[in-house]
Order: sequence, then structure tokens, then C-alpha cells
Amino acid sequence: MSRCVGCKFAWISAWLVCLCLFGACQRNENLIIIDGSSTVYPISEAVAEEFLKLEADATIAIGESGTGGGFKKFSRGEIQIANASRPITESEIEACLANNYPFIELPVAYDGLAVVVHPDNHWVDSITVDELRKIWEPGAQGIITRWNQIRSEWPDQEIRLYGAGVSSGTYDYFTEAIVGTKRSSRGDFTASEDDNVLVQGVSQDVLALGYFGLAYYEENKSKLKALAIDDLNDENGKGAVLPSFENVNNASYQPLTRPEFIYVSANAINPMIEKFIHFYLTESADLVKEVGYVPLSEETYQLVLQSFENRQTGSLMTRRNNVGVDLSQLLKEAAK
Amino acid sequence: MSLKQRMFKERFVEVLLLLCAAVSIVTTLGIIFVLLKDSIGFFSKVSLWEFLTDTQWTPLFEDAHFGILPLLSGTFLITVIAILIALPLGMSIAIYLSEYADRKVKKIIKPFLEILSSIPTVVFGYFALVFVTPLLQSFIPGLAGFNSLSSGIVMGIMILPMVASLSEDALNAVPNSLREGSYALGSSQVQTAFKVVVPAASSGITVSLILAISRAIGETMIVAIAAGQQPRLTLNPLVPIETITAYIVQVSKGDVPQDSLGYQTIFAAGLTLFVLTFLLNSISFYFNKKFRAQYQ
Repeated sequence: MSRCVGCKFAWISAWLVCLCLFGACQRNENLIIIDGSSTVYPISEAVAEEFLKLEADATIAIGESGTGGGFKKFSRGEIQIANASRPITESEIEACLANNYPFIELPVAYDGLAVVVHPDNHWVDSITVDELRKIWEPGAQGIITRWNQIRSEWPDQEIRLYGAGVSSGTYDYFTEAIVGTKRSSRGDFTASEDDNVLVQGVSQDVLALGYFGLAYYEENKSKLKALAIDDLNDENGKGAVLPSFENVNNASYQPLTRPEFIYVSANAINPMIEKFIHFYLTESADLVKEVGYVPLSEETYQLVLQSFENRQTGSLMTRRNNVGVDLSQLLKEAAK
Repeated sequence: MSLKQRMFKERFVEVLLLLCAAVSIVTTLGIIFVLLKDSIGFFSKVSLWEFLTDTQWTPLFEDAHFGILPLLSGTFLITVIAILIALPLGMSIAIYLSEYADRKVKKIIKPFLEILSSIPTVVFGYFALVFVTPLLQSFIPGLAGFNSLSSGIVMGIMILPMVASLSEDALNAVPNSLREGSYALGSSQVQTAFKVVVPAASSGITVSLILAISRAIGETMIVAIAAGQQPRLTLNPLVPIETITAYIVQVSKGDVPQDSLGYQTIFAAGLTLFVLTFLLNSISFYFNKKFRAQYQ
């Protein structure tokens, strides 16, 4: 009996495979291929999932070969949308234009990080970027172990560190923004790819200091205390700035915020892609929050949508530091 | 059915059973092979000396160190705490069940011990993290959210049934003639239990202890959830630590590229763990043999 069930199963699988292959061979106007950053992947994935509920005909394939890998395929016309956790570079722009694939640049969300301590920690409310660097740089390993080593008025007690694990995008980003070099960090801290573990750790440890995605802080506000960050640059907000969706959106919470983008191949736009992008820019705010990122303000989404509808190609971000941009300001200037 | 057919059937079943038995051997050898293969890759880049003496374990970070000591100390610390809980409690239960309890009481206690041993370890892990740790924090200030104290205590509770039932078997195996002799010399029940029966069963009790240690060293879920993920060379039970098993879990869960040195570290750690538990199991096997011989 069991053999027969096995046979049936095998037959059905074989048929399914054939059907899939057949479907893929047909030139499909309804197929959208997305690739690129693994940081943006969860957003695009969530949006695609919701979109497919409305558009049963659409097929969306999303890869995550990294921002650079995504742009490489994009410039060869293999994909229609590139996910990117940084703006496109000059050389990537050249490659796209050389192959005649102009692009439309669309910011879709912010990625923000919160630096947090235990709610009963009464000695620290804000911290400077220099102090954070002193704590997290590789040279601190085994040396910076007490609170008063960072600021002398802080208590002579152990500092217990919690941070992102080495395979998370959060780790890349935090080390780049704070230490200055990507993937350069001390190693003697509680490291986890799972932000919930870090929330748990910091919320139960009075001597803790940790960092993770802003959305996790927002979700667990009652158990944590976020620190205001002072980047010692008064141009983007004076003094230390607390992390919040608002401060992320007005670009004053720096340097732990960066925008995330999708790039659409302007020549590849068909009705289905048009619908998808429209859906992406109008319906994604809640999804963005759900997957752990900070949505743009409603106004900014509106501006981004406008630049898509005007088919405004090129990048507003070139030769700009990814860290510290006020998107709505930038988009308004561009629209003029 | 002819005789030939019957003999063929017998032979067939025998070979089938042999093959099944062979599976366990092949699997064991296969696992050892895989562990050794990737460990050799690791030890061709990191010297055994560095592995055994460096006091830091940060293989995935910029300032990479490959000293197994912090992971060993974490494992050791948790195991000691677990044994400190499980041995006295388990022994008391065993002595009570074997020397004092009447059948009715036994009938009540034994099922509860079995229930305890059938609780999934992941549940014990959450029990440690969300119940025991906050409870301890109410009177131990400075106790971190992840720490070896609460995981050790809970692990002690987890291995308690094992210690209790194996020790009880050892106590039961002591011939009654010894007890009767002791009573005849005028000893009380307490004296008989602690001065005659327990020493006579000591090798069996040692076996239970060693198996419990071996179990504690290899236990993964509790420490992965409640003990932390920070390798540090310390004997302080109040701070986050990382055990060998928790490290392996952490790296396997992430996406460290295969064949990288970081990936090979989990095989070196796994080999260390294997050597430890293998040694312990061999010792217990030796004691077990000695103990059986005594009263036969």
C-alpha cells in the first residue's frame, strides 16, 4: 500500500515540476524579478506577499544576492527591480547607462538602530558616538569592561554588552556607522542574530548596554530605556537625539539611521510592475513596521510615488553619505 | 513451506537484523569521521596549543582568538552547579525510596520523577529564563538576565530523576545480608543507610554521577536559551556565559560560509565535546563493570 502512495506522490510531483517548467518557459508579462540586498529583502517579500493576494496572476521572484550582486544583474537587464541597502554607486550607474538600462530610484523605508539600557539604569540618558566607538571598537576587547572607563562619573561596575550577531545586517551597519569600518567590532559580548534574545538580555540586566533594530525597541518600550545619541554635529539636530520614528524621519537621529531603496528599471515598466510599485509605495507602511523597519512619513511616500509617476530617472543620492539624509527635503528639491 | 524456504527465511531475517545493528556502528563512525575531517581543517590553521591555552574565544570577530577555555569554563561552571543541585537531592531521594519508603509512597513519588524526566528540555530552558532568573533576581542584585546560576539550577532539576533512579538501582543491588548484619550489630536505620548501604553502593552511585555529568555537559537547549551567548573565562555564576553546545547552536543558526574557519570552529568545539563525554562514558563503563562483579 505504502508503495502505491509513494508512487502517486512521485507522479504528482513530476507533473507539478513539468507544469512549473512549462509556465517558466512561457514569456510571462506578469513575472516580476527582484534581487539584491538581504536587508531590504524582508520588506519586498512582505509587500510581494500582500500584493499577490490582490493580483493572483502575478508571479514575483525575489533573490537576495546582496546590494552589489543585485545591481550587477540589474545593469545586465536580468532583473526589473533591485533591492538596495545603500544608494547606487557611480560605477554602477555607468554600467546601467552603458547597457541602456536607466533606473528610477525609490526610497522605501528607514533602517534605524536603537542603543538601549535597562530601565533602572539611572546614570546614563545619552551617549556620544565617540563613547560608543570606545565601547565597541575591536581594541576595546577585554579592556573596556566597566562603566566608569567610558565616562568617569558613571559607576565603577561591570558593563555587560549585547549586540547583533556577525551574520546579521544590523552588525554590518552598526559597525560601519559607529566604529567606522564594516564588520569591525570587539568580540566579547552577547551576540545574537535574534533581536528578541537581545531584548530579553538587556531587559533583565541592570548593567547592560545593547543595540538592535528600532522596531524591537518600539515594541518593548516598557522594558527598555533607549539612549539619546549625540553625533557631535549640530547641523542635524542639536545635542543628543532620542530614537523615534519621527526623529528617524526628520533625519535628526544620526548616525544610526539609513534609508533603504528599490531601483526600478525604467524601460521594463509594464502594467503589472506599475501596479506593484504603486502598491509598494502606498500600502507598505504597516508591513515595513511589521518586518522591523521604520516607514517613511506619509508625505515622503507621496513624494516618492510622484517621482515614480514622473519616471524621474537617475539617483539623488550619488556622492552623498548614506548616513544622515533628509529624504523629504531632497525629494522636494528634486521635484522643483 | 519447504525446509529450504524456511531456512532461507531464517537467514534473511538474521541478515536484516545484522544490517540494522550495523547502522549504529556506521553512523557512529560516520559522525566521528565528519568531526575529524573538519577539525583537521581547523587545526591546520590554528595550533592545538593556541586552542587549549588562549583565554579568549572570538573566532568570528576582527580580533579573532581561538581559545576553547572560555567555552570549557562555561560548560564546567554550569555542570558543577547542576551536580551541586542534583547529587544531594538525587541521593536523598534514592536513599529514601530504597531504604525508607513503603510501597504506597513509592507509587506516588516514582511517577512524578518520571514526569520530571519527560519534560522537554526546551521547556526547562524557558522555565529558567522567565521564571527562575527573575525569582533569583529578586534577592540577588546584579544577576544578569542570562546567567549560569539559573540554568545550572534548572539543569540540576532536569538530571535529578536520572541521578535518583540510577542511585536507587545501585542501593537496591546491595544484598540484604549487609543490612541485616548491620542491624544485628545494633546500628540504627540511619547508620545502616549511610554507613553501610551507601558505601557498598558507591561505585553504582559514581556511575550515576558520571552519566549525569555527561548529560549535563552535552545539554544544549537550556543553556542556549538561558545562559547567554558570551564566551568568557569566569567562574562567576551571575554573568552571561556561553557553553560549547550553545556556541555550536549559535553558529549553526547563523549563515557563516561553509569551509570558512568560522564554520570549522564548530567542528573543533564538537570534537572537544565528544572527547569529553566519551571519556566520561568510558569511565562510567569501567565503574559499572567493577560494580557488577562485586556482588555476583
